[in-house]
Amino acid sequence: MNAVPATRVAGAFSSLRFRKGRDRLVELILLLAGLVAVFTTIAIVCVLVYESSFFFRTVSIGEFLTDTMWTPLFADARYGILPLVSGTLTTTMVALLVAIPVGTTIAIYLSEFAPHRLRETVKPILELLGAVPTVVYGYFALLMVTPLLQKLIPGLPGFNMLSAGLVIGLMIVPYVATVGEDAMRAVPRYMREGSYAMGATRLQTALRVVVPGALSGIAAAYILGISRAVGETMVVAIAAGMQPQLTFNPTEPAATITAYIVQVSLGDLPHGSIGYQSIFAAGLVLMLITLVFNVIGFFLTRRFREAY
Amino acid sequence: MAAVAQLTLEDLRAGLGWRKQLDKLFVIVGLLVMIACLAILAILFLDLVRDGASRFGWDFFTSFPSRKAERAGILSAAVGTTMIMFVTALVALPVGVAAAIYLEEYAPKNWFTGIIYGLLALGLFVYQFGLGQSVLSAGLTLALLILPIVIVATREALRSVPKAIREAAYGLGATRWEVTRDHVLPYSTGGILTGLILGLSRAIGETAPIITIGALSFIAFLPPSPVSGEFPFLNFEWLRSEFTAMPIQMFNWVSRPDQAFQANAAAAGAILLGMTLLMNALAIWIRYRFRKRINW
Repeated sequence: MNAVPATRVAGAFSSLRFRKGRDRLVELILLLAGLVAVFTTIAIVCVLVYESSFFFRTVSIGEFLTDTMWTPLFADARYGILPLVSGTLTTTMVALLVAIPVGTTIAIYLSEFAPHRLRETVKPILELLGAVPTVVYGYFALLMVTPLLQKLIPGLPGFNMLSAGLVIGLMIVPYVATVGEDAMRAVPRYMREGSYAMGATRLQTALRVVVPGALSGIAAAYILGISRAVGETMVVAIAAGMQPQLTFNPTEPAATITAYIVQVSLGDLPHGSIGYQSIFAAGLVLMLITLVFNVIGFFLTRRFREAY
Repeated sequence: MAAVAQLTLEDLRAGLGWRKQLDKLFVIVGLLVMIACLAILAILFLDLVRDGASRFGWDFFTSFPSRKAERAGILSAAVGTTMIMFVTALVALPVGVAAAIYLEEYAPKNWFTGIIYGLLALGLFVYQFGLGQSVLSAGLTLALLILPIVIVATREALRSVPKAIREAAYGLGATRWEVTRDHVLPYSTGGILTGLILGLSRAIGETAPIITIGALSFIAFLPPSPVSGEFPFLNFEWLRSEFTAMPIQMFNWVSRPDQAFQANAAAAGAILLGMTLLMNALAIWIRYRFRKRINW
């Protein structure tokens, strides 16, 4: 065996030093990319709070929370967020009345009753439905569902929260169904078999063993649905009208928080005007509502978590 | 104990029979609800295609928006969407993959709805960074929006690479980056691409965030071409250009009271839907192809 020439050893070492240095550099770049992902959330909170702070210099928080009119762009400007919140909650409520029963039924059916082939066919279709652009659902709500509803409910205005809510509900059924189904499938088989051994039927097992066992995951599915319904923008902007109105009656037109932001953005609003600042204040409220539901969801899922 | 003894076998059978009927009833109800749901959606989609059918044609793709419904087309919207998607992919892919490699354990969640990203972009990109209401702002916004999707998909792909492969490479003296670049990433390409395409299919239909940063709905010109005939052949003016996009164009047409524009909206919606489905199909195909090629 020949000895390795000293120069080559030195070369190998300097190359190793180069490679280690390159590793450090790459790691730094990766760290930066990681920071972008983590800091997006923080940046969102900062921008919303910062821009809203200008809004709250003009408008007192008391007026913002208690006034019953929202007309920031009118000559007689009023700044009460309640009409936007009522619109948001009403459309969300209608949507959930559709999505939760229908989504849960589909989830139970797919997880506990459907033949294997059917489940494997339907689940990808449901997941595909989640990718349909929401502006398309807005078209459905305004031009297909509303005319249909007007035949059933005479005197229903062309813009109404009912139609928007129903379509949002239909839109989030796939989310509730697929996430709920995943949760139910995660319940171990032996729990079902124990239930069958006690003489329970499939439906009894599904409702009294599988659903309670998967409750934390099902709650997570509901929270996901609520978050989507609260933040849904295009369907309400197209089909619910854009007139802020303090009402919980779904057959009336009203604006949601998101619809207001779209409405203002469509116009040409100068940077720094009160209208410009108001959309950040509205966005802040939207974020807080979403946050409240997510915190509730977090505690619910912790409360119901079953360890197998 | 007496009560238990009085339950005869007949009673038990009767009770069980009734409960079994309930079982069958639920199978029917569940199946009907699911079919009804899918059928309603199918009818809506078919109606959309039917309503738009009269507008499909070469002119629709090569015309600018117009005051006259029958002369209006999606040229500027389609070009705008293509450019935005290009920027989004170019930013989301490297940042998403790099972040996923670094954040081995932490996965950011999509806490916020699209429009909140729009507000972030309006405050930060458009005014603080001075990027204006441009293709670049829109692309960056959508990139941030789909970053969590790309990161989660990449993380899953990286994790599915067996430990033995990494250890073998380390054993031969490779550094961390060399192991990642030469072994882990090549095996993860399928998963990463799938995640990117799914993210882009989400971004292509996002309307609210780009309305928020100030997309215009009436654009009768194209952004400057990225490729030019003279040196240096590439120009980046298009990044700063004002823009419109497919979902914006559709939204504009839907909101017009004039019936004639509804056919345009339906046609634009059908095209948008078709692109979304195509991207999803592509993602599924890629996942399938790569899975088949890899045998650990």
